[in-house]
Amino acid sequence: MVIRFVDYIGRKVLSICESAGAFVLFLGTVIKTMFTKKLKLSKLVTQMARIGSSSISVVALTGLSSGMAFALQTYIGFRRVGGEHLIGAIVALGMIRELGPVFSGLMVTGRAGSAITAEIGTMQITEQVDALRTLRINIFQYLMVPRILAGTIVLPLLALFTMICGIVGGYLVCVYAIGLSPEEYTSGIRTYVEMSDIVGGLVKSSVFGLILTWVGTYKGYRTYGGARGVGEATTRSVVMASIMILVANYFLTKVLENL
Amino acid sequence: MIELVNLKKRFGHKWVTKGVNLKIPDGKMTCVIGRSGEGKSVLLKQIIGLIEPTSGKILVNGLDIVHMSEDEKRKHLEKFGYVFQFAALLDSLNVFENIGIKLLENGHNPKDVLPVVKEKLLLVNLPEDTLYKYPSELSGGMKKRVGLARTLITKPSVILYDEPTTGLDPITSRVIHELMHSMQAKFGLTSVVITHDVKVFDYADRIALLHDGVIRYFGDAATIWECDNPYVYQFIRGLPEGPIQAEKPTSRDKY
Repeated sequence: MVIRFVDYIGRKVLSICESAGAFVLFLGTVIKTMFTKKLKLSKLVTQMARIGSSSISVVALTGLSSGMAFALQTYIGFRRVGGEHLIGAIVALGMIRELGPVFSGLMVTGRAGSAITAEIGTMQITEQVDALRTLRINIFQYLMVPRILAGTIVLPLLALFTMICGIVGGYLVCVYAIGLSPEEYTSGIRTYVEMSDIVGGLVKSSVFGLILTWVGTYKGYRTYGGARGVGEATTRSVVMASIMILVANYFLTKVLENL
Repeated sequence: MIELVNLKKRFGHKWVTKGVNLKIPDGKMTCVIGRSGEGKSVLLKQIIGLIEPTSGKILVNGLDIVHMSEDEKRKHLEKFGYVFQFAALLDSLNVFENIGIKLLENGHNPKDVLPVVKEKLLLVNLPEDTLYKYPSELSGGMKKRVGLARTLITKPSVILYDEPTTGLDPITSRVIHELMHSMQAKFGLTSVVITHDVKVFDYADRIALLHDGVIRYFGDAATIWECDNPYVYQFIRGLPEGPIQAEKPTSRDKY
């Protein structure tokens, strides 16, 4: 009984280590390919356009609504202590440092990350990936690198758009619903928001872009078991990337704070 | 010459091939027959390097490719082509891009690739107007021909066919068999064909029967119908009685 339990735990630990190792090695191969093989610019641009265009409306709505809600909540709290003039700065800093990168990361994971997994997963189960291999085409160069690089480049742009939409959403609520003057809202932003806040937010979102495309391509690459397998891989990809983004967010905040 | 020496493959606890020994002659068409699930496709995928054998050797011109580095293996398998059971065309690319993908990925100008693709398209008897169609717009037979054209563009000396006529009507199957045969004659190819279709015996040179993880028969295709090997006798006639156990219907099948 005890031996069986230890055996079970041992197998589980080994399996987790094996999966984690394969996951990291996958990224290692992508990075190696990035520096040793030629990247087709047209493929990169196509992937950037796909990730960007498919997610722009989603991140705009997310940014706008979260900025509006954030402004309203901040007003409810701050009016008790007479700090209404700080709402603009709080909304802007919140959107730039936290909400913009995290929300855009999560939204793009649901929209583009899942699509990447489903596409590569379908190619895997229909032997299209094997066909590329038999033609001696490097699948990392052909499939993975353009997607991962595109995600890493595009996400900061989408996050920037989310931040702007969020700040505009906050402005709309403060000026037209709460009755603050435009000057009251914007003066706090001008005073308290620094360039390092924006750079930090963009760095974070770039890392989130890397995470979501890394997980998306990896889960697609490891898909097996037909249509059901594609569905399961896609779900796992979204859950795993979302969790990784949220966990990475804390550590990135900590690291960027000390820089 | 391709030679398989005591080739074994295990998935989990299940041994798919238990020690396959087979010498595939150059410039001939060798068919590997056997029941579904016997590991014929696994065998083919081991030869092309898509699946790693558990043990054994795959000798290509006397060199064991199993234990080679990826780069060395790539070099030795450069002249190997593979035609997939369901063609495995990239569904986001049109016929031109599918056939020319190898050249396009190697940096050739599409304008230079176009005449080469057209030539291959003609070889597999497809009209030029299919050039810009997508795989979803093609019939099963057309897809297989595009798959063959995609392989031919790499100028292979060996082509491995994984059930090339599965799902096709008898007329289209015949067209595909004749195409395989004419390609073989024209380019002096070595062909290895995994199939259940006994009609291919008319075009093949050698037949191997895989059963229970080992080769039970290897001989001339011309005399296959006179062969008294009990496995071959039963299999090619589709007899339920013999050394090959027929699948018994399950209780669910009865209803």
